[in-house]
Amino acid sequence: MFESIDLSLVNWSRAQFALTAMYHWLFVPLTLGTTFIIAIMETIYVKTGKPEWKKMTKFWMTLFGINFAIGVATGLILEFEFGTNWSNYSWFVGDIFGAPLAIEGIMAFFLESTFIAVMFFGWNKVSKKFHLLSSWLVAIGANLSALWILVANAWMQSPVGTTFNPETARNEMTSFWEVLFSPVAINKFLHTITSGFVLSSVFVIGVSAWFLMKKRNVVMARKSILIAAIFGIVSSLALIGTGDGSAKQVAKVQPMKLAAMEGLYNGYEGVDLIAVGAFKSTSEEDNDAMKDFLFKIEIPNFLSFLAFGDWNAFVPGVNDLINGNPEKGIMSVHEKMDRGKMAIEKLSAYKEAKKNGDEALNASLVDELTSNDFQQNYFRYLGYGHINDTNFLIPNIPLVFYSFHIMVMLGFLFLLMFVLALWWVVRNKLDSKKWFLIVAIFMIPLAYLATELGWVVAELGRQPWVIQDLMPTTTAVSQISTASVQITFALFAVIFTTLLIAEVGIILKQIKIGPKEEGGTKS
Amino acid sequence: MIAAISYSLLQEYWWIIISLLGALLVFLMFVQGGQSLLYTIGKTELQRTMLVNTLGRKWEFTFTTLVTFGGAFFASFPLFYATSFGGAYWVWITILFSFIIQAVSYEYRTKPANFLGTKVYEAFLVVNGLMGTILIGIAVGTFFNGAQFSLNDYNQVTWQTGARGLEAALNVHNLSLGLTVFFLTRVLALLYFNNSIEDEEISAKTKKHLLINSVPFVIFFLFFVTVLLLKSGFAFNPENMEVSLEKYKYLHNLLEMPVVFIFFLAGTLMVLYGIFNDFLRKAGKGIWYSGPGTVLVVFSLFLTAGFNSTCYYPSAFDLQSSLNIRNSSSSEFTLTVMSWVSLLVPFVIAYIWYAWKSINNKKIDKEEMGEEGHKY
Repeated sequence: MFESIDLSLVNWSRAQFALTAMYHWLFVPLTLGTTFIIAIMETIYVKTGKPEWKKMTKFWMTLFGINFAIGVATGLILEFEFGTNWSNYSWFVGDIFGAPLAIEGIMAFFLESTFIAVMFFGWNKVSKKFHLLSSWLVAIGANLSALWILVANAWMQSPVGTTFNPETARNEMTSFWEVLFSPVAINKFLHTITSGFVLSSVFVIGVSAWFLMKKRNVVMARKSILIAAIFGIVSSLALIGTGDGSAKQVAKVQPMKLAAMEGLYNGYEGVDLIAVGAFKSTSEEDNDAMKDFLFKIEIPNFLSFLAFGDWNAFVPGVNDLINGNPEKGIMSVHEKMDRGKMAIEKLSAYKEAKKNGDEALNASLVDELTSNDFQQNYFRYLGYGHINDTNFLIPNIPLVFYSFHIMVMLGFLFLLMFVLALWWVVRNKLDSKKWFLIVAIFMIPLAYLATELGWVVAELGRQPWVIQDLMPTTTAVSQISTASVQITFALFAVIFTTLLIAEVGIILKQIKIGPKEEGGTKS
Repeated sequence: MIAAISYSLLQEYWWIIISLLGALLVFLMFVQGGQSLLYTIGKTELQRTMLVNTLGRKWEFTFTTLVTFGGAFFASFPLFYATSFGGAYWVWITILFSFIIQAVSYEYRTKPANFLGTKVYEAFLVVNGLMGTILIGIAVGTFFNGAQFSLNDYNQVTWQTGARGLEAALNVHNLSLGLTVFFLTRVLALLYFNNSIEDEEISAKTKKHLLINSVPFVIFFLFFVTVLLLKSGFAFNPENMEVSLEKYKYLHNLLEMPVVFIFFLAGTLMVLYGIFNDFLRKAGKGIWYSGPGTVLVVFSLFLTAGFNSTCYYPSAFDLQSSLNIRNSSSSEFTLTVMSWVSLLVPFVIAYIWYAWKSINNKKIDKEEMGEEGHKY
């Protein structure tokens, strides 16, 4: 069926997509959160009529605008890279994946792009209330954009609401609601946008801390910290809740990812959660070998509880998932590979019969291929039919493990920072906490690190699957020359990095300039 | 309501939506046309700032329409998306590259500490204005002249040339469409400047360049249309899906679809009337004729490419691999779901119109460029 392609092409295509996605994700979280923070500030301005809130709104809007433009640019590339670099995948999933993308365009992008113009240029052209409405619609539009792309991404992690159509050789949607409301999609959406809210809160607090240290725009800085700290606390609590929900879904639909996140090689009942840990260093990357921990601090039975709500539940490890565990009802990878190969053979036979005009054979094969039994027990493992080496099914465990643990630790650190910031700003003691102000500034890059690590866990943790169990990256890639992808990778790397440098430079300068007084003077 | 619509009607409905999005995109590419004129019309920094701010309040509509056009194509005709984007790699990557550098240029151009300097961001805008328009025109030209691909039983694409789509630029007919789009977007931009900027000097220059750009536009457009109507087209038999070359196929399509023909003629006349209006009078209303006229012409060309049993993305290498709206669409279920969502489109158009009018109620002038507020 789908021919496996040169591995270097696959790796370069993955690298290019990862590069684009990670650059895109440098800019999007700030957009997701600052739009709401700006809308809240403007609401207070409209309610109170105090010009300081307008000044504050405009200042954060300026930073938002600088960040927004580059997010749009990298987003465009991401959308089209599905086609340019993953054309086999595009056809295979177009029937499911395309719908959320189209809805995203119609429902979210236009909302965002229309009202962003009013938000920036409408201050003296539309009424206060219409301007405020525009700011809220931009916030809603930006977050709606995230909804639809994350629904599509969630389907790749957990392909529900579809069946395989042998006639078209692709998966086709049978239930839009199952795709939209899959538990993976709901958790992923909420977890992702709240991570953006947390990053934005850290950003606003960090920048405001700089103003406090410089004793400039002190009132604006304090008020911004107040808003961001409350927004950050609420968002962090939601982030923790949805993180827990996401982990439960990972345990259910992507057990290998969970095993990688926890560095769990052999499953057992009542599995401890590793709060902090480090692997012993090994001379070379070898997924065959079980990696020992140099040290680890564990919370007894907590992983079993978090994953399955049962302190003594069995959590499978990497070896259980590869070799199978009949006692626990886990099928071996070899069995899945046999079933996947069977699906491919039957599909080839069907195509052959169709080509030869053998109608009797054709009809019987259609019956078999479309039967519920074949769909559930064979096509479900279609992707395994392309796997020749079981090691290929194990993601990079240390990378996923460290990414996950650092992300979680940073998440709790941000919550602590929000609580302290709120406590001190309310008690009017924040200005004197110099050490905290410095820490708050340094939290900004850490927030970006945390959010990027989240994507590393989500995307590298599911390797080699571009669609869980159905399509590995090796069969999804476009048949182009590796050299072409290398060139475009280099081009994108140069342009994205250049634009990132420009963005950081402009934002830093705008922060240094500070908010503008109405009438043109600066405070 | 929608649930009762047949599969074939849904496919046609979605081709109409794709055609409409494509038509709106070409109209909104007046932003790109305007960018290509930045140094032609704007002789001073202030004039360029006025031009950039005029276009800058609209660039996101073009960008969003491009994204939605791509998303809608992916959703409704995924085989085209997979075949064209995965095959004609270099054409699409080059187009996308020109749009990346555009997106940031408006926002970064005049900001202090912008790393590359104002001139570089202005150059980015000009590059996008040149490459974006010509290459999109060339890419759409392959809808009529075919591309070098084949598909296997599993709909996997194999491209037959190393140039990966860039070879389409060597086809004179494709190139004529690229240049038509280029000059058309410049004409539309000049009409838009005339409508939105209050400045004597700019106004005088737009009038002069309206003529300079209208002449090549008309020449390339006439060449493209004449060749199109006289050439053979890629027809398919709806019974057995066999593809064959049919003489005067696109002429036949227009004659057999009189409504489309009327759209085409009316659109052409409206574009020309808009140009004459602004050239002969000082009204600045030409964009209101040429803009909708452009939408009608491009809409009718897309319908000509995809309706009446025509392959809208023919393979010049393997006729039977050619794509039409029947063999490349999403499933009936997906098209139905998306059709429900498409009912939102009039609402979307309504709020875009309202917002556009709200911030365009006053022409841009030098005074405004000197005032406080967000500027590009």
